[in-house]
Amino acid sequence: MNIPAGLKYTKDHEWTNASGNRVTVGITAFAVEQLGDITLVNLDVKVGDEVTAGKAFGTIESVKTLSDLFAPVSGKVVEINKELDSKPELVNEDCYGKGWMVILEASDAASTNQLLDEAAYAEHVKNAAH
Amino acid sequence: MTEPAVPPLRKTSLYDRHVKAGARMVPFTGFEMPVQYTGIVDEHQAVRTAAGLFDVSHMGELEMRGEYAAQVVDYLITNDASKLVDGQALYTAACNEQGTILDDLIVYRAAQDRWLIVCNASNHDKMKAVFEKAAKDHCEFDDRTDATALIALQGPKAFEILALAGSDAANLATLKSFHFRDAVVANVKCTVARTGYTGEDGVEIFCAWNDAPALWDQLLELGKPLGLKPAGLGARDTLRLESRLSLYGNDIDETTNPIEAGLGWVVKMDKPTFVGKAALEKVKAAPLPRKLVGFEVTGRGIARHGYPLRDLEGKEVGICTSGSPGPTVGKNIGLGYLPAALTAIGTKFFVDCRGKNIEAVVVKTPFYKRA
Repeated sequence: MNIPAGLKYTKDHEWTNASGNRVTVGITAFAVEQLGDITLVNLDVKVGDEVTAGKAFGTIESVKTLSDLFAPVSGKVVEINKELDSKPELVNEDCYGKGWMVILEASDAASTNQLLDEAAYAEHVKNAAH
Repeated sequence: MTEPAVPPLRKTSLYDRHVKAGARMVPFTGFEMPVQYTGIVDEHQAVRTAAGLFDVSHMGELEMRGEYAAQVVDYLITNDASKLVDGQALYTAACNEQGTILDDLIVYRAAQDRWLIVCNASNHDKMKAVFEKAAKDHCEFDDRTDATALIALQGPKAFEILALAGSDAANLATLKSFHFRDAVVANVKCTVARTGYTGEDGVEIFCAWNDAPALWDQLLELGKPLGLKPAGLGARDTLRLESRLSLYGNDIDETTNPIEAGLGWVVKMDKPTFVGKAALEKVKAAPLPRKLVGFEVTGRGIARHGYPLRDLEGKEVGICTSGSPGPTVGKNIGLGYLPAALTAIGTKFFVDCRGKNIEAVVVKTPFYKRA
């Protein structure tokens, strides 16, 4: 299972990559594997909207199932990956790269510190898989 | 100690094969079954373009034997079994006295006095009780489910693959649709039926429970160069939906009758008698209040089982019974019950996708038909 070092993770299987206040958000390889073929990424937010940590800001759908996307931190949406509208399969192909979903401007730059590091997330995945 | 509330899941004789192949196993009607191996879309495309191999050993197999078996079977189903010849099979519904659907079945006439009924795994206990009760004092009943494995080989390359599995298997190419016969496939004694649940040509192969692993392994090995892949329940569902084949528990159940479900073609009112006939006569005499239709989601959304359907004013008028992306048709498709006034092809309505009204349109079905 690919869990890159240096990223921070949520228990809902999202990854975050923080650079100052800018936090890029996507879903992890584990989430992708659970979902299967992703066919629709539906974001309920647009650039400028505020999101709240732990609250859903969209849904991601595969052939078989649907899953909520939760904001890992509170903040403002500054960028949305528009490419996923027409190419949701990018999430399957490259979930830590081209499959990113949104970039948030965290209201508190330190908020990602509270998320799981790769070791803690790996442990969480191990438990979730059983 | 209290008894566990849920009985342990059962395994088919192919369970180890599925796990070894990396399948994701899920609980399904009391069995642990593979939902996917490489991915639903990949397996779906394999079946449409080459072939797929499905373990459907969880299905129920009931046998009726004796002089009066034919009459008892015919009495329990809506379609006309009396017209079958030996070696012919028939898709049908079985209804209750209210004319709603107990199960959809395939009945196989092995001989005038020997019938096999294949029922849905989810309805096994119920249908076993129905057939066993009806057989009482008239014919012999035998539940063959635990002794019988069932493997479906489906896709345009299905018969090419069978041809590699021995001379007897090669001759199966002459089998007509909805016919079956005993055959030796890859040295395994089987009964092979030209039936399926994918919209593709292919066969369903019955064999002894413990013979299934050898048959599975050999078919996969022979078929691999031709593109054969193991396929799971996920692909089975998208394949059957594109071909508008009903799924019991989704599109049909004991709250729906075969007429509104679009299964009027398996209800033969000219039969002298069958369970549910009087109720279905009444259904047929009146205009249908609702109908199961196929639709395409034209907005950004995927319809799912249980989502409400709304008219363009936003009023809830129906329910989605099946929905998913259709990998071959390249659209998000679904089936659902709508009031008769909204069932004409081209009628627009909304699917309520978790609080969002997403536009959809009634379309002709099947969504996919093989060339």
